[in-house]
Order: sequence, then structure tokens, then C-alpha cells
Amino acid sequence: MSSAPAPRPLPARPARPKADGGARIAREDPAPVRWALTAAALLVIGVLIVVPVANVFWQAFRGGLAAYGRAIFGDADTLAAIRLTLTVAPIAVAVNTVFGLAAAWAIARFRFPGRTFLTSLIDLPFSVSPVVAGLSMMMLFGMQGYLGPWLRAHGWKIVFATPGIVIATAFVTLPFVARELIPTMEALGDEEEIAAVSLGASGWQTFRRVTLPNVKWGLLYGLILCNARAMGEFGAVYVVSGRITGQTDTIPLRVEKLFQEYRTAESFAVASLLTLLALVTLVLKVFLEERRRRELAEAARLDTEGEVAP
Amino acid sequence: MSVSIDRLSKRFGGFTALEDVSLEISGGELVALLGPSGSGKTTLLRIIAGLESADGGTVRYQDEDVTDRPVRERNVGFVFQHYALFRHMTVFENVAFGLRVRRRPAAEIDRRVNELLELIQLASLGHRYPSQLSGGQRQRVALARALAAEPRLLLLDEPFGALDAKVRQELRSWLRRLHEEIHVTSIFVTHDQDEAFEVADRVVVMNKGRIEQVGTPQEVFDHPATPFVMDFLGNVNVFQGRVESGRAHVGGLSVDYPDHDSGDSRPATGYVRPHELDVVREPGEGTNIEATVVRVHAVGAVVRVLLEDPRGEVLLVDLGRERAGELGLVAGETVWVAPRRVRVFVHDFQI
Repeated sequence: MSSAPAPRPLPARPARPKADGGARIAREDPAPVRWALTAAALLVIGVLIVVPVANVFWQAFRGGLAAYGRAIFGDADTLAAIRLTLTVAPIAVAVNTVFGLAAAWAIARFRFPGRTFLTSLIDLPFSVSPVVAGLSMMMLFGMQGYLGPWLRAHGWKIVFATPGIVIATAFVTLPFVARELIPTMEALGDEEEIAAVSLGASGWQTFRRVTLPNVKWGLLYGLILCNARAMGEFGAVYVVSGRITGQTDTIPLRVEKLFQEYRTAESFAVASLLTLLALVTLVLKVFLEERRRRELAEAARLDTEGEVAP
Repeated sequence: MSVSIDRLSKRFGGFTALEDVSLEISGGELVALLGPSGSGKTTLLRIIAGLESADGGTVRYQDEDVTDRPVRERNVGFVFQHYALFRHMTVFENVAFGLRVRRRPAAEIDRRVNELLELIQLASLGHRYPSQLSGGQRQRVALARALAAEPRLLLLDEPFGALDAKVRQELRSWLRRLHEEIHVTSIFVTHDQDEAFEVADRVVVMNKGRIEQVGTPQEVFDHPATPFVMDFLGNVNVFQGRVESGRAHVGGLSVDYPDHDSGDSRPATGYVRPHELDVVREPGEGTNIEATVVRVHAVGAVVRVLLEDPRGEVLLVDLGRERAGELGLVAGETVWVAPRRVRVFVHDFQI
């Protein structure tokens, strides 16, 4: 039984010594150290992030706007790569959304044998090299693989075709949605869902009207990250796609191919698309992070508190 | 609607939550399931609702066997201990939920929800979210939500458990009045005897997965059927002893016990409530116990006297203010304690 008087006062915090008294907090480092550390951090960020990103746009637009437009819209193979990425990424994201919701629901709501194993297995695609993932796809679906001849006999083409690229991409981006949803759903508990069912809601109604709205920001956050990774995936797709120009090249593969063919300006023009995607993702991520944090805090709060001010 | 529960049992692993529980609840009644934690009261409520399945036994609503019906088909209103309000919905939408999932026409939903918000006195707060309400207001919203689809049965799990004392008191009498108004068969779980006695028509006292006694608050309090009920319902003085030949000898007391008139002596326990003991200065007639006053202090309307008999047993006596003033007891003086009434239990028998 938890009942607290309303409103609760903030926990007392030890008063911070005033600077004028010269009483410096022990953990506060001297100014030169602070400046040096800050400068070092800024330098690293500048060299490793800001300069390369700025350079992408600089290189892309060096030949002027017309050349930029031509590089992207004037090349049939580049357009095919863009089309393929815009096909593959949404399918992979959709697959992982369904999987993520199902896995998070199972892990957060039930205690079953293998639950811990499943939880750690979800993270595997994060730790395994995409190239390895691609190779194992080849072993499974390729002509020299286990299922390849059978698939071929039934008229299915997986590797060196769109289905293989979708599978490889989905594998690599598998953890994003599930990992965002599990903590939220665990913190939420199942009380509201049970309440919905007791009020006569069906399983689908409960999911759509109660569960989904409660996890929507976490879900969106996962979707954004998943999409960014899906569109940018290189390693696994490199292996399974066969790199057939105009057919199985995605945007990242196209960028690499143009670069290898010494078409630097075009290469950077196409690369700028991916960079732009990254920047948009970053902005959305910052926005969603705050919403998601509030959603999680809210989920944790309602369970423990008794009273708030009327 | 009446509810019949027949020989329900439920185990959780090695723990027996319910054992052979049978209970009849008639239509329009307000019944309290009262017991300590682990007594099985919440499990029983959840099985009646269909939120939990029984290992054996049946649950009937009126004449319909609902034992295997899922909760969503039973049309019961359930109020959860921690409210379980939908946090992303307004008060209005929370109350409307049961009607929306039943696809009732919008106009009807509007009318019904407003009616209920009126009933719970929150008509002006329909647009608020649960996080913007006080605990007592949330509790009332949870109740309105449970009532929206006109349930056949209203079930409440520790409905006032998470509220502070004053709000709890208000909500109790409010629930009582509400029940008189709408008259839906209602069952609520509580571990607080005052709550059960104040709100319910009948009280079901539970212990270790079994029903100890069923009766009106008056019956249960005045005629406890078992030592557990005696002990659970407030303070009580306990005297160990034996019965034989129609007399019970417990502690320093000796009382008639006609139910056991054979010569063989059997162990027995005597129970006396603090308000059923008086303190006198002279060893009077009948059986009085000599005791030393340890402490005297006023608790609200009564004066509580703590005494110790020569064998070191502690006695608790509640005296009226006037009686206490008359006596003017001080710590350390020797007095006699006179019981007005002693209940003796031998196994399950009672005077």
C-alpha cells in the first residue's frame, strides 16, 4: 500500500558552496584541465565528423547545381539504385516492426524457457560483422548453399536479387525496434491490457487502443534508427546482391561503384543523399528521444505513486 | 444477478490459494471478502471475474455456468487496486472505452459517459488525463469505467488500498451510497475490517484459502465462528486452558461450558474482547482475575488499560471515559478484572 501526502516535496539537496567563498568542490578540476579536455573532444569531433560530412556536400556540389542534378537524375543506374533502396528499406523496416512488436511483447509479458536466450539473441546482429551475415545468407540461399538448388527448382530467386537484399537488410537491422520496445513494455506492465480485456476489448482492440498508443514514441524511435541503418547497409548487401549494375545495386553500393570508376563527383552527389538521410534521422532522433524518455518515465511513475495534488 | 461459487480450488505451484470454497451471493448484494494477505481473497475475486482460472469447481452467474468463459465475454466491471486507467486517454475516453469496443452509437456513448461523470462528480474533468487527477479521483474514474457497459457484476480489488486515510473514509461512504443508487451485485476485497464492516451487507472472512465465516457485519463481530475470526477482528485477550464436565477453566477464569459435559479434559482457548472486561477494586462474585495496572492511556473515546496478571500474562481492557474517571486507576496498583463475556473454543465449538 503506497500513499504519499500531496504534493511531495523535492528531496533535500546539499547546498552547493558559493563560488565567492573560494570553497571549491573537490571534484571540480582546474580550468586548464577542463579547457584542454573540451578542446580535445571538439578537435576529435571536428576531424572525424564535421569535416568529412561537410566535405561530402562540398564535393557533391563542386560542379554546380546542374551537375549535381545530372549526377542523380541523369543516370539510369543511379536511379535504379535509389528505387531499389526505397523498395528494400520499407520492407525490411516493416518486417522488423512486426518482429520487434511480437518479440517485445513475448519478452515483456511472459516468462518462458529460453526467454533470456531470446533476449540476447536479438542483439546478435549488432555484434556480428555484416559480411559474415551476408556469407551465411549465401550458404543458406546460394546455388552452392543448402536451400539454393531447391529454391531454384521451384522458380525462387533469393540471392543476387531483391529478396536476398531484403533478407540481408532485415537481418542486420533486426534489433532496433525490439530493443526500443522491450524496456518500455516491461515498465508499462500488463495492468492496462488486462483492464481493456475485462472491459470487453478483443486482442486486436487492446493492442491498437491501449498497447500501441502507450509505446508509440519508443516504436517511432526504433523505426527511424532501423530505417537509417537499412538504407545505409553495405556489407551484407554487398555479399548477397551480386552487385549487378542497374539491377541489384543499392544506394551505398552505387556510391562505392561510382567511386571505383573514378566518377568522384557523381559518387559524392549520391553519397550526399545518404548523408542528408543521416542528418534528418539525427534531428528526428533528438526530437523522439525526449518523447520516448517521457513515455518511459511516465510508465515507471504511475505504478509507484499514490497521490498527486488535485 | 446472483453468483454461486461451488467448491472452487486453486493452487499456485506448491501454494494453495483456494481450497474447496463455496459461496452464494444474491442479486443486488454488496459483499466484502475480508482476510489477511495470502488468504485467497483476491484469487477468489479474480476467478469470479474470469481473470484467473480455477483448478476445480464452478462459478455460476444466475443459472449460467461461466467457469470456462473468458473475462471479455462475462460482462463484469472490474476495478483494479492501482486503477489501471489508460494513461494516454482522457477521463472521458477512459469511461467510454467499454462502449467504444462494443461499437455503440456515438450519441449513446456521449450520453452514458456524461451521465457517469455526473454520478462520480467529475463532470468538469472529462478532458483531463489520469496523471492530472488525485488518487481519489482516479479511483472514481476507474469505477465509472467499470460501470459504463452496465456490467452484471461489479468487482473491486482493494478499492481504497492505495489512498490516504481521509480520502478512503470519504470514498467508503460514497461507494455505499452509490451501491444503494445503482444496486448492481458487488463484491470487493479488503484486508481492513472497518472497511468491510462499514460498506458491506455481508462479510466473508477468509483465511488460508478457506472461508472461515459468512455473515452480516453484526453477526461476524458478535458471534465469531472460529478462533481465527475472533483474533482477526480487532484486539482480543486470549486465555489458554481446558474444558471438562461442563466447565471451562481458561487462564484464571472458570465459566460454564455445557457443550462438553463428559469427564475427559480437552484443551480449549478463551477469548475476551477488551471492551468486554471491567476493572473492579474488590474481588467480587464470579471469577475475577487479580492483576497489576501497568499503563493507562486515553485513545479517542475509550481509556485503554494495560494490566499484568500474577503469571505475567498481559491483559488489555477498554473502559468508557466515565468509568475510567470513576476508578481513577494509577500504574502499579492491584485490581481485579471481571469479564462480562467469555467465548471458549474447543476445536470448532463455541459457547
